[in-house]
This record gives sequence, structure tokens and C-alpha cells, in this order.
Amino acid sequence: MKLYLKIWRQKDASSPGKIVDYTLDGVEGDMSFLEMLDILNEELVSKGEEPVEFDHDCREGICGTCSLQINGEPHGPDRLVTTCQLHMRKFNDGDTIVIEPFRATAFPVIKDLIVDRSAFERIQQAGGYISVNTSGNTVDANSIPINKHDADEAMDAATCIGCGACVAACKNASAMLFTSAKVSQFALLPQGRVEAVERVQNMVRQMDLEGFGNCTNTGACEVECPKGISLTNIARMNREYLSATLKG
Amino acid sequence: MSGLIKSSLARKYVMALSGLFLVIFLILHVTINLASVFSPDFFNEASHFMGYNPLVQFLMQPILIVGVIVHFVMGFVLEIQNKKARSISYVKYKGSANAPWVSRNMIYSGLVILAFLALHFYDFWVHEITYKYVEANPENTTRYYFETVEKFAPFWRTVLYVVSFGLLGLHLWHGFASSLQSMGANNKYTIGFKKFAKIFAVVVPLAFAFIALYHHFNPIIH
Repeated sequence: MKLYLKIWRQKDASSPGKIVDYTLDGVEGDMSFLEMLDILNEELVSKGEEPVEFDHDCREGICGTCSLQINGEPHGPDRLVTTCQLHMRKFNDGDTIVIEPFRATAFPVIKDLIVDRSAFERIQQAGGYISVNTSGNTVDANSIPINKHDADEAMDAATCIGCGACVAACKNASAMLFTSAKVSQFALLPQGRVEAVERVQNMVRQMDLEGFGNCTNTGACEVECPKGISLTNIARMNREYLSATLKG
Repeated sequence: MSGLIKSSLARKYVMALSGLFLVIFLILHVTINLASVFSPDFFNEASHFMGYNPLVQFLMQPILIVGVIVHFVMGFVLEIQNKKARSISYVKYKGSANAPWVSRNMIYSGLVILAFLALHFYDFWVHEITYKYVEANPENTTRYYFETVEKFAPFWRTVLYVVSFGLLGLHLWHGFASSLQSMGANNKYTIGFKKFAKIFAVVVPLAFAFIALYHHFNPIIH
């Protein structure tokens, strides 16, 4: 199929960017979206032009590295997939595809389609862990009984890959789905309760410091999340934070 | 506690709590207003009570005004923060793909309601204050029904009120239904609560609109 691509090109963080038009022929339906960009880049390199920079790593939907706002939606029009899992069969011959970086003040553009998502790492570092000695003193995972419902919900929250689609989709560029998933995966388990009060306070404080927006419960993050992280996590974080602050 | 006051989550608690408070006020308001259609005598009695009871006048009314101001000021504060959080807009943003229009445009439905409140205050509250305190008229327990019906005589005012009630419905549709989520409640009762909130968002504005239209089409013949 033949596609008309409109791609955000930006030399570096301090330069202004703009949309540049490309026409790409010979795209097959079974290619992934990233493979399509690989082909575009091969063409650009063969013509002596600079290739389009974009993030990618595992290319199987588990690392959270790929991003891209495709035709106005993070990870494109498909549901529960990352950009690397998006197939070109979702598009038609002659389509125009607008490709932009995830937009948020807290996610500054580094180059072209690559954004700096280290804000998420700083939120995680602020409390997304449990303090246990794992060297030579390992406790069997099943020594503390946990009911299946809680274990399942914690595991669901832990499937967040931190890709940033929630921020990209939210009209307010809010990071509450990500932060709440990281709060929830610990809050639901007895091992995580020990530091629960400090964790939620520190992670929310860091989230605010990074300059993300507020949650207005539109639910866009949940719809666009490639891992289907639920809005119930945001409610849990709101509850945990209120309870932690009243206690503290 | 200082962290709570500054945090983004606290601002959402404030929005949700002030919104829920205003929902309770709406129930009282629509109930008394419906009396103007079904029982003018009761409407006069209730309006006189609300207008002269010191507890209502000097405690509940100021609390209500503070509630309204807190709700819209915090709404503006959050909107400004949210705009700052995405300093460069998308060339293409398909908001309709993942969220309903009403949830993405609360600021606009809120602004219409705020403009309506200015008109509503001018129509009834300023009139009431002038009647009681500026002109120092004596108490009249039977004037309220006539005053209300006469307010809806002009077509333009009736239309403005009805349109505003439509926007109030849209605002409540998302705001009331998601208020408990902001307060941290999302459990087995949530679906039931959301259904109730959405019925409320339709029924209450419809009742207000019905009252305005009823008085417009049933004027008092002198």
C-alpha cells in the first residue's frame, strides 16, 4: 500500500520542530508500524537524508520503550497494543498518517519522535519499591498468605510498562494512571503496606513536581493504555493519599 | 497536612466535595421551585422562610456562596495547570476516540453555568437584597409566586434559562458521576451510583426547564 506520512521532525530539544511530509510505497499489511518506519528510514538514508529518530527496544510489547502519537492516538488506533505491535493492516492504501511524539511538558522532545520520559523513573524512585534485604535472607514468596483477588489486582497494576500512553492520551497530560498503578501494585500486598503511607505521599509529590496535569476522570488513559490498566487504580491512589495524609 | 493542601489530589477532593455540596443544594432548590407549579401557597411560604430565616440568611447562604466560589475558582486553577502540562499541542488530537465530549469540556459547560449564575443572581438575589435592605419594604409573604412567574414572561430570559439548564445537565452528567472516583471510591456500588448520578443529571435540569417554560406559557393575567 501507498501511505502519505506527516512526521514531526525536530533537530534537538532546543530547536523548533515541524511536520514534514513523506510518501512511502510498498508497505505490507503484515509489517509492524515500526517496521514501516524502518523502511522509510532506509529510503531516507539511501538518499543521504537524516533518518527519523524514534524509540524502540523489545518490539514485542513488554518494554514500554516505543511511543508515538499516531493519527491523534497514542500507539495508534488499535486497542491494548503498543506501537511495535500495531500492524499496518489497520491502515488502508492512500491513508495519510500523522505521527507525532507524546506531548507533555514533563516529556520534553529530545529529537524527532523521541521524548524524555525520565519523569516516570523519578516518580518510581520516589516510592515505587519495598525495602527488603534480598541478599542471603530471601523469604519464600508464599510465606505470607494473600487472597487471590488482591494478588490478581496487584498483578494487573504491575503490568503497567510505563510507556506514557496515559499521559499522551489525557487532555491534561496527567500521569495519574501510571502513578496509581505503581502505588496499587504495592498497596494491595502485605509487603507493600509497611511503607504505604510514605510511598503514596512521595510518589504523588514527585508527580506534581514533574509538572503533569490533573485527572478529570475522562477515562481516556484507560482506553488507550496498551496494558488495560484500570481507573480503579486512580481511585485507590486517591483513597490511599487521603488516608495517608490524614494519618501523617 | 501542608502537603495535602498543595497537592493535585487535594484540589480534586475540593472539586468533588464542593460539587457534591452543590448537588445537595440543587435538590433543595428544585423541590421548592416545583412547588411554584403545583402549590403557589407552599412556594410562597417556603420562599419567605428561606428569605427571612436568620439561619438560612446568615449561615447557609454564605456557605452556599463560598461553595460556588470555591468550585469555580478551583476549576480555573486546575484548568490553568492542565494547560501548562501540555505546552505544545498536538497537530492531530483525537479526543473523541477515547473520552466522551462532556468529560473533555467541563470548563465550557462550567463557564456557561457561571454566566447563568450571574444572570440568576441579578434576577433574584440582587432583587431580593434591594427589596429587603435598600428599599426596606415590609415583609410580604405572598409576593414570591407573582415575582417568579413575571420573571419568566420575557422569551429571551426563558430561553437563556433553559439553555443553561441543558449545560447544567451536561456538567452534572460527568461531574456528579465521577465525584466519588475523585474521593477515592470505586467499588461494587460505583455502577449503581453512576446510574443514579446520570438520572439525576437528566431529571433535575429537566425539572428546572419545565418550571421556566411552565411559567412562561402560563402568565398571570392582571
